[in-house]
Amino acid sequence: MSDTEKMRAPLKVSPAAKVMRDGLWYNNPIFVQVLGICSTLAVTNNLRNTLIMVLGVSFATSMGSLTLSALRELIPRKVRMIVQVLVLSFYVIIIDIVLRAYQPAISKQLGPYVGLIITNCILMGRAEAFAASNSPGLAFLDGLANGFGYGWVLLVIAAIREFFGFGSLFGFKVVGEGFVPWTIMVMAPSAFFLVAIALWIANNYKAKVEAASKRAAPGAPAGSSPGPGSSAAGAAPSAPGAPAHQKG
Amino acid sequence: MIDAPNVGLISLFLASILTSNVLLANFLGTCSFISISKDFKSSMGLGIAVTLVIGITAAVCWVVLHYVIEPLGIEYLSFIIFIIVIAGVVQMLEMIIDRFSPALYMALGIFLPLITVNCAVLGVILFMQIRKYNFPQAVVFGFGSGAGWWLAIMLLASIRKKLDANNAVPAGLKGTGITLITIGFMAMAFVGFSGMIAVQ
Repeated sequence: MSDTEKMRAPLKVSPAAKVMRDGLWYNNPIFVQVLGICSTLAVTNNLRNTLIMVLGVSFATSMGSLTLSALRELIPRKVRMIVQVLVLSFYVIIIDIVLRAYQPAISKQLGPYVGLIITNCILMGRAEAFAASNSPGLAFLDGLANGFGYGWVLLVIAAIREFFGFGSLFGFKVVGEGFVPWTIMVMAPSAFFLVAIALWIANNYKAKVEAASKRAAPGAPAGSSPGPGSSAAGAAPSAPGAPAHQKG
Repeated sequence: MIDAPNVGLISLFLASILTSNVLLANFLGTCSFISISKDFKSSMGLGIAVTLVIGITAAVCWVVLHYVIEPLGIEYLSFIIFIIVIAGVVQMLEMIIDRFSPALYMALGIFLPLITVNCAVLGVILFMQIRKYNFPQAVVFGFGSGAGWWLAIMLLASIRKKLDANNAVPAGLKGTGITLITIGFMAMAFVGFSGMIAVQ
């Protein structure tokens, strides 16, 4: 089954590919680390703004990790935190100035949330957890992977919120005249609900994969008895609690 | 000299607690909110600390903004300056509390340093800058937002205490998932206040 192959695959790939995989899925900032939902959720009722924020966060995380990793031998331990914050805010200021110069309207809409990228936990989290002990190249990739891993989840949420909230995607109307917008989707509560649902789906999927790999791991002969080629489907009923919410 | 928005102080205070709660309407400070609200006592400590820090930094940053940043024309550096001010205020508050009230210092413990990277603090200051509040408004907005955050974390901590007691939550939703859904419901409840006072 492809699920079990996916679980085994990371053992025999290059460090760079592993870093990318971890950021995008296995150690996804939203699903696994539950970081950085603070500031960026606020702009997810609009795909275009979300895309800009995601690009900003990816830029700041990757460049920040690169710089901090390059400087890691030079920074005294005692002032590490403040140096990290200052380096990260340097990149956020660049984003802010570029946005102000080339996209003044979007910059105005995003308001304080561009500046708030500084306190996005993902930036500090990756600087502390990865860049502090890895080479600059890998740290850059790790930052990029985490930024995108975080980004794709947010983009999905933004697409749902914009579609139901305004009946449009990237500002273009995609539904007919008769559509009644769901006001709740524009407001704050829906973002919390959607992140929770995304988390739920990811957790269920992970539980399923784990159950499947556990069945496959103890020995191939035992796994083949229920029926050929359906190990994931066969594993689901045996996992406690799984059948109740198989929607994911 | 400053064209402050025409908002009464009391309505600004109520608005920053209820209608435009930093956490439930603006998503600020969600990370520490989720991790700390597991425990009732820690929530209390962090709530007090955040309220103090936001109130004081809003006042200090207002002064810095209007008497240092604007006269020098270095608005592009404001993020860095604000962060340094926040870190400085947190550090000073830590020392002052340690000196005058060791009991409170023990209670706040590790929460004070953590506040430096709490999005709510920087967020409130950036809102203050964008909305062009005058000094009394900035202080009231700072303390009001802090109090709103405190109220929200106390509510969530109480709800989570009850939630943990019964085990009816699906396995995949346990922990962060159900907490986010709870926050969503709280946000919906707070949206109900929005007709009461409208302050941008």
